[in-house]
Amino acid sequence: MSLTAIIDYGVGNLFSLTQSLKAIGSDAVVTNKEDEIRKADRIILPGVGAFEDAVKKLYSTGLVQVIMNEVSNGKPLLGICLGMQLLFDKSFEYGEHKGLGLIPGEVVPLEGAINPALKVPHIGWNKLNKTDIDEPLFNNLTQDSYVYYVHSFYAKTDKQYITGVSEYGIEVTGSVRYKNVIGMQFHPEKSGRTGLSILKSFCDL
Amino acid sequence: MITKRIIPCLDVRDGRVVKGVNFEGIKDIADPVEMAHFYNNSGADELVFYDITATFDGRQLFTDILTRVASEIFIPLTVGGGINTVADFDRVLKCGADKVSVNSGAIRNPSLIKEAARIYGDQCVVLSMDVKRVDGSFHIFSRGGRDDTGIDAVEWAKRGVDNGAGELVVNSIDTDGVRGGFDLEMLDAIAAVVDVPIIASGGAGCKEDFKTLFLHNSKIDAGLAAGIFHTGVLSIEELKAYLRQNGIEMRVY
Repeated sequence: MSLTAIIDYGVGNLFSLTQSLKAIGSDAVVTNKEDEIRKADRIILPGVGAFEDAVKKLYSTGLVQVIMNEVSNGKPLLGICLGMQLLFDKSFEYGEHKGLGLIPGEVVPLEGAINPALKVPHIGWNKLNKTDIDEPLFNNLTQDSYVYYVHSFYAKTDKQYITGVSEYGIEVTGSVRYKNVIGMQFHPEKSGRTGLSILKSFCDL
Repeated sequence: MITKRIIPCLDVRDGRVVKGVNFEGIKDIADPVEMAHFYNNSGADELVFYDITATFDGRQLFTDILTRVASEIFIPLTVGGGINTVADFDRVLKCGADKVSVNSGAIRNPSLIKEAARIYGDQCVVLSMDVKRVDGSFHIFSRGGRDDTGIDAVEWAKRGVDNGAGELVVNSIDTDGVRGGFDLEMLDAIAAVVDVPIIASGGAGCKEDFKTLFLHNSKIDAGLAAGIFHTGVLSIEELKAYLRQNGIEMRVY
């Protein structure tokens, strides 16, 4: 049986994510236990809130090492929203903080990077444009697929890792991938049928 | 770019959606869970649930319904009604709400917005305001539009946003239920002083009203309506197709 571990490190509400996996018929366990994470076939790293707080919690619980080990063994990891931002080298959210360094790049504020007339946070439905970098999780998406965003910071990284972008004054990094490490700035669990299709593809990995 | 949003609003009392409903293909036309499904499948961008129950039992029932809706609907959910304390925020967020809307609770206790925004973030706190013209200015009304608080609506909006409200639902009592179009004059006055998303409410009678709303003021992000959708006068698919034809970006479902 195929199982997804949703990492529980006290950051954000996991209700919708858990329910969305249930809705696509995938077994999931919300956990902070090493043996459960090791048993799972894939890992989701969620997160809402502040980067520094989230990184501290991941380190203080020892979950960083567990996740790193599983990823180096080839297990698929999906970071969502703040969970995606944590995958990068560092973030400039209220200071400068080290991330997990699984994907090269840094997390910077939208403010200052986009036209001041545009509101921050970037909240709402935006079109997800696939890039030239193939992301098999997006195989079922059309040219007119919309996803739901809520964020004030975005990932700056090399084009070779960016699989999807959304236009908001600049091309905002919507999704990234480096080998078995995947990140999504948007919330697939809140992106209607498009989001469920992406999660289904991830759970088929 | 961010799309404009179309948001149906469900007023729930004692476990049932109130306001005239006249759907096709729905077994129980006033069942909130069935209606949420219907709207989810017809391309609504978000759902707003207002708990207009006055009793403890009704509140329990609402919480159960909310949990069921949030378990099956994967678009953003905003919940309001009876939100007076941070504990009320906690209660509905645990049931799967994404945003919480405060109205009378913020009038009684203006620090509620600040407290909630500090704990849950600005994006989670929606200030809902019922506005009516009184002697040439716009006043905030409380208790579902019954009492004139004497508070100036433009000042109130500004203060709410300064305190951390991440979004405003601006409901015009003057145009509500009339179906003669949104209250553009009042919305302009509010939009001029805040820079958070504004959801316009009250007065939608036809698809042209939404077009007028979005083309008239680019700072309006969403149109909210109840009766016109519930009665089947206008379907969300038809509305969104029409708005797209008129150059307004809409999410395709």
